[in-house]
Amino acid sequence: MTDLAGPVGGRAKTSFINDPKVRSIGLQLIALVVVVFLGWSFAENARDNLAAQKIATGFGFLDNTSGFGINQTLIPYSETSTYGRAFFVGLLNTILVAVVGIILATIIGFLVGIGRLSKNFVVRTISTVYVEVLRNLPPLFQILFWYLAVLSAMPSPRQSISLFGEVFISNRGIILPRPLFGEGAGIVVWAIGLAVLLVILFRHWSASRQEETGRRLPVLWINLGLLIGLPLVAMIVTGFPISFETPELKGFNFVGGVQVIPEFVALTVALATYTAAFIAENVRSGIQSVSHGQSEAAHSLGLRNGQTLRLVIIPQAMRVIIPPLTSQYLNLTKNSSLAVGIGYPDLVAVFAGTALNQTGQAIEIIAITMGVYLLLSIITATIMNAYNRRVALVER
Amino acid sequence: MLRFRMPSAACELPFLSLVPLALAADTSAPIRMKKAAIMKRLLSTFALAGAMGLCAFGAQAATKLEQVKSKGFVQCGVSQGLPGFSNPNDKGEWSGLDVEFCRAVAAAIFGDPTKVKFTPLSAKDRFTALQSGDIDVLSRNTTWTITRDTSLGLNFTGVTYYDGQGFMIRKDKKVNSALELSGASVCTQTGTTTEQNLADFFRANNMTYEVIAFATNDEVVKAYDAGRCDVLTTDRSGLAGERLKLTNPDDHIVLPEIISKEPLGPVVAHGDDQWFDIVKWVLNAQLIAEELGVTSQNVDEQVKSATNPEIKRLVGTEGKYGEGLGLGNDWGYLIIKNVGNYGEMYDRTVGPDTPLKLSRGLNALWNKGGIQYGMPIR
Repeated sequence: MTDLAGPVGGRAKTSFINDPKVRSIGLQLIALVVVVFLGWSFAENARDNLAAQKIATGFGFLDNTSGFGINQTLIPYSETSTYGRAFFVGLLNTILVAVVGIILATIIGFLVGIGRLSKNFVVRTISTVYVEVLRNLPPLFQILFWYLAVLSAMPSPRQSISLFGEVFISNRGIILPRPLFGEGAGIVVWAIGLAVLLVILFRHWSASRQEETGRRLPVLWINLGLLIGLPLVAMIVTGFPISFETPELKGFNFVGGVQVIPEFVALTVALATYTAAFIAENVRSGIQSVSHGQSEAAHSLGLRNGQTLRLVIIPQAMRVIIPPLTSQYLNLTKNSSLAVGIGYPDLVAVFAGTALNQTGQAIEIIAITMGVYLLLSIITATIMNAYNRRVALVER
Repeated sequence: MLRFRMPSAACELPFLSLVPLALAADTSAPIRMKKAAIMKRLLSTFALAGAMGLCAFGAQAATKLEQVKSKGFVQCGVSQGLPGFSNPNDKGEWSGLDVEFCRAVAAAIFGDPTKVKFTPLSAKDRFTALQSGDIDVLSRNTTWTITRDTSLGLNFTGVTYYDGQGFMIRKDKKVNSALELSGASVCTQTGTTTEQNLADFFRANNMTYEVIAFATNDEVVKAYDAGRCDVLTTDRSGLAGERLKLTNPDDHIVLPEIISKEPLGPVVAHGDDQWFDIVKWVLNAQLIAEELGVTSQNVDEQVKSATNPEIKRLVGTEGKYGEGLGLGNDWGYLIIKNVGNYGEMYDRTVGPDTPLKLSRGLNALWNKGGIQYGMPIR
């Protein structure tokens, strides 16, 4: 067997079993078989045992009528909707908190992070205190603070704080006027869309023009003009078709208008300010990682402080900021499940809470919920990684 | 391909504890519950998944009664604090109707009402804890419904308290009937029948409402106290208990409407009929004892001098009714001696002389105008 076994060359003729390549593949195969076997037998046994104990299994329950109410629904939902629909209501509520929270956290985080490096003593101190206090308190505690402490200080609906007679703040949340779209409102919406499109195109065009000619256009003012002017013209032409329904106090609560529930406000504010403290530190470390020579060079070219920061420092700092920023976004999304503590109807409260208890299908529901958080996190990470590749230093 | 089935002995094999999901592979060793509620919930689910996945069901060597006897106590699931039903008292001991029932089960088995360990559970964690074997009995103001009885792998053993859902509201809202509640914000606990009853009631009466559902009772009460909602809804016995936790209990009234039937009772897991029988007959024995006038005070005397054959069968001086349950024939005596009959238990925990001040109502015996009825021991 010796001559046929190994390829020609200087390789020692060892036994088949001692070939490192065969060994590593063989071991991996064995490991794979063991894992698959364990997983399969686990699922198999689980199914049989659940059936033996007559515990309902499967995903058929998603089509059953839920029979419970939810107080914040982004899609139409009522007590007669299915558990499947309740799942989407909860999922959208989770996504809403995550998206609004991420945007707020990013803005606050960048401001505080830059503030930490400010030459102004007051700004620097406030920023430092902010970071040290907020990142060192448990997030659930902060959520409860925003909910119970702030909520109990709010007046009842009858004594609510009114802003211009249109917006009402009380312990039932913030009630905003609801826009009503009359005839011709479509044109106004199109005008807004067109304005946004023109703004993007104009930015690109002016940027490439600047590259070619070196001349800068007043981009900000022209864009603002476009954004406000076009919809305004459309409104005048169509005769102001969009009106607002003012909320009115009737009985226990406000009727009409859009209600922003206090649970949402408390959760979003708490998560945004908490996560912002970590983002601020990421931003600070990112900025400090850009060598001092860069800002000296920028200053010597005649750039002012703001321009130096915006055009030279931040773009280079982003390379350092993005990867830990992604983790913070993921943390915020996952921390949103702390909503159960204050009764915000997120995915965990609605689906892994009420629906689970009413159907009793713990294994299926927890599996779906974990899958959803995994998927949300992977989507966030994918987007951030794509952005990271764009801003990464291109090495030649 | 071979169809693989873990032998029952595999449940005891130590190597399986290396598999993270097998946390509760050994069903006889309940997981020590972590304090964080979310962690607890996940663990419970994993325990359930683990127990279901790795132990061949029904092939367990030991019955529930043997398991309970060998560990030396009954693990009983109760609420996280509902005055009158299951709540730590000022000495830090668990007290209440649901708690006393667990003590009665322990008394029947061990002759010692203190051989119980309590697991406080939120409404939504309670069934998972029972399914996964973390607890032996769930005695946690739990409503008996068809879904719970038939699709969760559980058996209800009787009714310890006939209740109905009601509403509590601030007096200064000047509302006298639940039918005036249209547009109200309602606080309730998630994972209860209450949420669905609430939805049904408002829908049936063509009224709108906003529901805010919290995970625990305490959160519900805090939010209601802070004015987040106009109305607090739960079982009326629960309202009587929750009211005591409010800043000014006298500023609130319970509306007269009862919008649902809430028969509350102890629950056990499917799969062990003997255990089901034991828990079921502990309650029956307590009801019969009240009907026959046997109390913890006079039970010793009844053993010596009773002539009524019904009493003799109850306290075990005639017949061998403990055998069928796998208990001693004095099981009835031990329950009455150590805990008392149903009436005693009721009066101590929720009755008119307690802070809850609940009259017997539906929970009076069948021959005293109520519907509590003990099945005959014969």
